[in-house]
Amino acid sequence: MESITPILEFKKTCVSYTKQTMAVKYVSAAIEKNSITAIMGPSGCGKSTLLRAVNLMHNLYSNIRVDGEILLNGENILSMEPIDVRRRVGMVFQRPTPFPTMSIYDNVLAGFALNGIRLSKVEKDATVERCLKSVALWDEVKDVLNKKGTFLSGGQQQRLCIARALAMKPDVLLMDEPTSALDPIATKHIEELLLELQKEVTILIVTHNMGQAMRISSKSMFMYLGELVEYGDTAKMFSEPADERTKAYLTGKMG
Amino acid sequence: METFKLKKRLAKDKLMLWGVCLFATLTAVPLVAILGEVFLRGYDQLSWSFFTEPTPTAYKAMKAIEAGEPIPGGIANGIVGTMLMLGMATIVAVPIGILCGVYLAENSKSRFAQIVSYLTDLLQGTPSVIIGIVIYIWVVVPMKGYSAIAGSVALFVMMLPLIIRSTEETLKILPASLKEAGLALGGNEARVMLRVQLPAAFGGVFTGVLLAISRVIGETAPLMFTALGCSLIRWSIDKPISAVPLLIWEFFNDPNLQDLIWGASLFLLLFILMLNILAKYIKGTLY
Ligand SMILES: Nc1ncnc2c1ncn2[C@@H]1O[C@H](COP(=O)(O)OP(=O)(O)OP(=O)(O)O)[C@@H](O)[C@H]1O
Ligand SMILES: [Mg+2]
Repeated sequence: MESITPILEFKKTCVSYTKQTMAVKYVSAAIEKNSITAIMGPSGCGKSTLLRAVNLMHNLYSNIRVDGEILLNGENILSMEPIDVRRRVGMVFQRPTPFPTMSIYDNVLAGFALNGIRLSKVEKDATVERCLKSVALWDEVKDVLNKKGTFLSGGQQQRLCIARALAMKPDVLLMDEPTSALDPIATKHIEELLLELQKEVTILIVTHNMGQAMRISSKSMFMYLGELVEYGDTAKMFSEPADERTKAYLTGKMG
Repeated sequence: METFKLKKRLAKDKLMLWGVCLFATLTAVPLVAILGEVFLRGYDQLSWSFFTEPTPTAYKAMKAIEAGEPIPGGIANGIVGTMLMLGMATIVAVPIGILCGVYLAENSKSRFAQIVSYLTDLLQGTPSVIIGIVIYIWVVVPMKGYSAIAGSVALFVMMLPLIIRSTEETLKILPASLKEAGLALGGNEARVMLRVQLPAAFGGVFTGVLLAISRVIGETAPLMFTALGCSLIRWSIDKPISAVPLLIWEFFNDPNLQDLIWGASLFLLLFILMLNILAKYIKGTLY
């Protein structure tokens, strides 16, 4: 076993929505810094649930229980302030979620406004330009920065949301099927973008698209009924899956 | 056999459609009739001085009638009173109502919020005359006199539940992903509410405020107990003051002033109509 420097580590993480059942069961895995990790599995296996545990989204709902540990740089997220965690762990949702009342410009800067951080005009302009360039959206929108973000196409909106998350310089970026609502060209843009971004940020991405997992991820997780069945190098998992269930899923016999 | 059944169903469909159209027309009849009646009787009373001059004394009006001239004066005292009281009530009711609506929307599962929500419904259903008499006891008696303040407190109490409800409902229908996206960026709940949720709910909240205003602007009973009325144009808030619906009631009771009823009614009706159209327009343009 090669030694890695984990930035994020799940230790027997469990999530339950109701008293009787667990949606995520004793997941343990270490995520390497500046890697892209794909999370795969049939619908309802707990991928989103696991992802949302990392930025403490489950704290919003009093019925949801999260047990075990999730370490971010060695510190247990579950006992940290949600606000501190969420500043360091960004999230991109399945459907694009630009803030409907804000301009494109303000959308990129929304994280600062929501954290009460004041920037000078020069800093603002620079941040907007840098973030929109890093998601390859700058050229398309530089003349309409004052328009509402909701005027953009779905793929552009999703890139705007990625830019918005990146503006806060997170250590980890969580992405829940970020391309499932997009066409192949927009998807390709975002995949190229993610490969570029992994220099700066560690990415955890839920995907139903095996091709996508192959193209962008170095490691993959396969989940089934809330369990982490298999976790390892993506290439290896696709060529010789260790578990029967992984094999069945990858060959299309399941899900 | 089959085609017969189909024909029968189509005929039934047609009958339904006609029935629905008929009843829809029937409900529109009283509305159109009222609007028409007020408009036809009121429009020739509207003149510039109708809006700039206070109500005439009964004596002056009688003289004018005897001389066969139109009644001098207008309803400026009522317009000023209505605007003053509505303005004060709105300035206080909007922030309190929005805060309360936010609380109810964000804590819909708490026992306390459910009780508050129920009380809001009760308050909304309380007859305005009862609100008037209670505010009389609470404000007019301790202040030893009728006043614009007392009137605006009564209007405030009537507006509050409407603003609370519209804020709560609008916030509740926003997609949860909006709030989650805001929180995922590290914002605290208050900032996310202020910068993301409330702006997105602006259309609904603003519409609610307009409808609350249009709902209380024509209230007469609570103002009888609180503002009383006054034939002068007055801007002071601690003295009795007039209001347009109070004037309509006064004109009705004074044989010399009866000609002014329709102008005042038309003004009130047009104002409310305008608020409603504005509300509709705003709701249509926003997110
Ligand atoms: N809010 C909720 N309340 C109760 N149960 C839930 C809730 N959200 C998810 N679940 C349950 O938890 C399990 C895991 O759901 P989750 O959304 O994590 O699946 P997923 O792997 O993301 O599926 P998909 O690929 O369809 O997005 C499912 O059985 C689901 O029914
Ligand atoms: Mg999911």
